[in-house]
Amino acid sequence: MSTTNWNGRWFHLRKVLERGGPLAHPDFQASNETLDFLLENCKVLVVGAGGLGCELLKNLALMGFRQIHVIDMDTIDVSNLNRQFLFRHSDVGKPKAKVAANFINERIPLANVTPYYAKIQDYDQDFYAGFHVVVCGLDSIIARRWINGMLISLLTYEDGELDPSSVIPLVDGGTEGFKGNVRVILPGMNACIECTLDLFPPQINFPLCTIAHTPRLPEHCIEYARLLQWPKENPFGEEIPIDGDDPNHISWIYEKALQRANEYGILGVTYRLAQGVVKHIIPAVASTNAVVAAACALEVFKLASSCAPKLDNYMVFNDTDGIYTYTYAAERNESCVACSQIPKDLVFDENVRLSEVMEHLSTTYQMKSPGVTTTDQQGRNRTLYLPNVSSIEERTRPNLKKTLKELGLKDGAQLIVADVTSPNSIEFHLKLHASMDT
Amino acid sequence: MASPSPKSPGQISDKSKKYDRQLRLWGDHGQTALESANVCLINATATGTEILKSLVLPGIGSFTIVDGALVSGEDAGNNFFLDHSKIGKPRAHVATQLLKELNSDVKGDYIEETCDQLLSNNPDFFCSFSVVIATGLTEKSLHSLSSNLWHNNVPLVVSVSYGFIGSIRLQVSEHCIIESHPDNLLEDLRLDKPFPGLKEFMDSIKLSEMNHKQFSHTPYLVLLYKALEIWNERHGPNPPLNYKEKEIFKNIIKNELGYGIAKEEDSNTGDEENVAEAIKAVNTALTKTQVPSNVQKILNDDQCIQLKEKNSFWIIARAVKEFVEKEGNGVLPLRGSLPDMTSDSQRYIALQNVYREQASKDAEHVWRHVQTILKERGWAGESVIENDVKLFCKHSSELRMIRGSCLAEELDGKQLPADVDINQQLEEPDSPWLHYLLLRAVNKFHTENGSYPGYYDDNVETDISKLKGCFSRLLNDLGCQGGSLSKDDNLHEMCRYGAAELHAVAAFIGGCAAQEVIKLITKQYVPLDNTFIFNSVTTTTATLRL
Repeated sequence: MSTTNWNGRWFHLRKVLERGGPLAHPDFQASNETLDFLLENCKVLVVGAGGLGCELLKNLALMGFRQIHVIDMDTIDVSNLNRQFLFRHSDVGKPKAKVAANFINERIPLANVTPYYAKIQDYDQDFYAGFHVVVCGLDSIIARRWINGMLISLLTYEDGELDPSSVIPLVDGGTEGFKGNVRVILPGMNACIECTLDLFPPQINFPLCTIAHTPRLPEHCIEYARLLQWPKENPFGEEIPIDGDDPNHISWIYEKALQRANEYGILGVTYRLAQGVVKHIIPAVASTNAVVAAACALEVFKLASSCAPKLDNYMVFNDTDGIYTYTYAAERNESCVACSQIPKDLVFDENVRLSEVMEHLSTTYQMKSPGVTTTDQQGRNRTLYLPNVSSIEERTRPNLKKTLKELGLKDGAQLIVADVTSPNSIEFHLKLHASMDT
Repeated sequence: MASPSPKSPGQISDKSKKYDRQLRLWGDHGQTALESANVCLINATATGTEILKSLVLPGIGSFTIVDGALVSGEDAGNNFFLDHSKIGKPRAHVATQLLKELNSDVKGDYIEETCDQLLSNNPDFFCSFSVVIATGLTEKSLHSLSSNLWHNNVPLVVSVSYGFIGSIRLQVSEHCIIESHPDNLLEDLRLDKPFPGLKEFMDSIKLSEMNHKQFSHTPYLVLLYKALEIWNERHGPNPPLNYKEKEIFKNIIKNELGYGIAKEEDSNTGDEENVAEAIKAVNTALTKTQVPSNVQKILNDDQCIQLKEKNSFWIIARAVKEFVEKEGNGVLPLRGSLPDMTSDSQRYIALQNVYREQASKDAEHVWRHVQTILKERGWAGESVIENDVKLFCKHSSELRMIRGSCLAEELDGKQLPADVDINQQLEEPDSPWLHYLLLRAVNKFHTENGSYPGYYDDNVETDISKLKGCFSRLLNDLGCQGGSLSKDDNLHEMCRYGAAELHAVAAFIGGCAAQEVIKLITKQYVPLDNTFIFNSVTTTTATLRL
C-alpha cells in the first residue's frame, strides 16, 4: 500500500462505478475502467475559484477527478473568508486560483489542480476545446454568457446535423443568499444560457430623477452621493474613481448620504448599506454554496461516468422556508441568438435610426455595449458604431443619428455585432422595408 | 436589533468585514446568537464534517465532536477533514484539528468515545448543547439518542448520505420564529381599516386642488384610498374582489381622480407613473387586513392561552393576542413600513411617518400588556425587554411555529402518518416515501445482519432478496397491506450503494443540514418540518412530515 493510493481510498466510489444497477444511465457499463478514466484522463475546467469554486475543487477531487483546471482573475478579500474555505487570513491579496489549487494539491494526494490567474477571455478555442466538462461557479452573468458562447462556438455540424463529439457539457451553478440554481447545458442540444436569459433577475437601477429630486429611500441618498456628489467634488483627487474596498471612500459616501437623508427625514442610511449599494453586494453564506457546488459536482460525476442519469436540466434551490427545490426541463429558444442554427434577422423600417437598432440589441438580446460592422458589396468591412475604442467611437458616433437608409444599408445587408457577452461576433441579416409613414 | 451595525470605518471590526456577506442575511443579532451557540457532532463522517464546515465558517461559538472510531482508508478517501496521513488515529481528534483551521474564532473540542458509551456513562452530557447533530449511527443508537434529547429538550438533526440518496430528520419539540423572512410578504397598508392618523393624512389631501405636477407626485396609496372612498359610496363596504369589480375600480383610478388645475393644457395626462402604480397595486394593496392563519394558530395555541412557562415568545404572543382583541379591533399591530412608490420626498416621508407612528403606538400597547401579564403572574420584569416587543410587533404577521415529533417514537411507531396513502405512494416510481422506507429497510437489514446490504462485493445478489424481506416486513410492521408491492429495481439499487457515502452527496446534505442548524440557533428563517429526502438520481427533493 502506497501512501498515495491506500487501501479503501475509492471504496465509496467503486460501489457506484463498478456495480451496475437498474437505475443507472442506459449507456452505463460497470467496470473499473470508469474510475481510471476519471483519475487519469477526464479533464475538467472549473471556472471561478470563489464560493462555488472552492467547494467544486474539493468535491471533484474527492469524487475521483484529478485533471482539474481552475481559472479565476480575482484575488482574495477578507469578506471571502466566511465561505471560501480554502483561504486563510494570511492569503488575503493572493490570487484565488493559485491558493485554492495549492490547498487541494497538498490535502489530496495525486490531485493535479492547475491554476490560471487570468481572465476567461485570455484563452481561445484551443484551450477550451481540451476539456471533457466545464463547470462554472461565477457571480457574473456576462462571464457565464461568454463561456456559453465559447462552448457553442466549438460545435461542429455536418449537413446541418450536430456532431455529438463536439459537445462539451457545461454545468452551471449560481447562488444568492439562501437561493441557488444548478443546470446542465449540452450546447446545441438543450437550453443554453442565452435561451433562458430572462431567468436572471434584472439589476435594480433607480431613476436618476428620483435620485436627484425626490429621494425617498436610503438607497436613493447613497446613489446621490455616488453618482452626483463624487464626480463633482472628487474628494480624493481628480479622476480618482470610487474604490468599494477602500473604507475611506465608502465613509465619504456614507457621510454625504447621511447628510442628504437627514435633510429629507429619511431613515436607514448605514455604513453597511452604503457599501452594499456601491459595490452591488450579493449576500452569500457557506451553506448555499456547499449545496449548489455539491449538486454541480454530482452532475459532473454523472456526466463523466454515466453511472446515473444527469439532471434534465435545471434545479432551483431555496432554504428560507424549509428546504425547497424544483427541477424542470428549461426549454430551448428556437431562435436563440447563441445556439440556434436559424439565421438571425433584424427587421426594421429603412427610416429607423442606427441608435434604435443599438437600443434593440441592448434590450432584446441584453447586450452590454454592442459594436456593429457591415460588409459592403466589395466585401470590405465598414464599422457603423464601435463604443469601446474612444477614437473610433468618436468617429462613428454621428452614425447613431442617421437612418439605415442614410447609412446606405440595403435589404439583406449583413450586420456583424460584437459584444462582451460573447466571444464571437453574431451575424444578423437586415430585413428592411420601406417606410410606412410616407 | 440586539447590536447596532457599524457606523464608520473606525468602528468596523475585522469580524464584521469577514462576516459581511452573511450579516446582510441574519443581521448582527443573528450573528451574536450563532457565536454564543455550541453544537455537538456525533461521528466525524464525511456528512458530519461537511455540516460542521458550514457552521465553523460562519462563526459558530464552539463545536464538540463525539466519535469513538479511528480514521480508516475509506474515511480518508471521502472526507476532506480526515487526512490520509492520519489513518489509524482517532477520527474525533483529526477532524477537530482540521476543522478548527477554518476559523480561528471558533472553539473546537472532541471526545474519543462512542455515542452509546456517552449515553450510558454520562446521560446528561448532551444537555448543554444548542443542537446535536448525528451521522453514521445505527438505528438502535439513534433511538437511544433521540429519546434522551427529546426528554432533555435539545434539538437533534440526523443526517444520512447513502449512495445517491440523502436524508435529514429534524427533531425539535417546539420552535418559534419571529423573523421568518418570507419571500413574499404582503404589505400592511390598512386601506380597508384606516387608523385615525392615516384617515387624517388622507383627508388632508385634496386631489382636486392640485396641478398636474402635484397630482403626478402623489403617492399611489393616496389614489387608492380616494378611489376606495368613491367605490365604497357606490358599492358598500367591501373592496373590489373579483376581476370585474377590480376593472371598475381601476377605471375609477384612471378617470375619476382628476386634479383640478390646468387639466386641459397638460399634454402628458394619462401616463402618470403613480396612476400606473396604483392600478398595478389593486390586486395586492386592497386585500382585507386580517390575522394570517399561521399567526392565528399561534395566538390560539394552548401555550399562548395557558401561559404556564415564563417564555419570552409566548408572553409577547399573549400580549399581542390581547392587543388584537382590544385596541387592535381584530387586527395585528401595524408593521409600520411602506413600499417605495413614485412621490415627492415630502409627502412620501410624511406618509411613512404616519405608519411609523401608529406602529410605535401599537407596540406600546403590546408592551403594556406584557407588563400586566408579568405582574399578574409575579414574573420578574426583565424577562422581556421592550426592544423584543418592538421586533415581535414589526414581524407579527410572519410569526411561525413548528411542533415536532420524536424520532424514537417514529421508529417504534406502528403506522405512518394517517394522511399518507402508502400503497398509492409506492405506485409512483420516485415517491419520497419509497426512499424514506428504503432507508428504514437498510437500517432494519443492518439490525438483523450486522452489516448494510451490498456492503461486501460478494453478497450483493443474496442481499437483494434479504433486503426485500426486510422491506416487506417493515411495510407489515407499519400496517401497510401491500405485500404484493414489488420494488425490485429500487431494492437492487440500494444494494448497489452498499452504504457508500459519496462525497458530493455528503456535501449536499451537509450544506442543507448546516443551514437547518443555523435556523434553529438564530431563530430566523423556517426550519424543515421535519424529514427531508434528497434523490440525486433524479435530482429532486421532498419534505415529509413524520
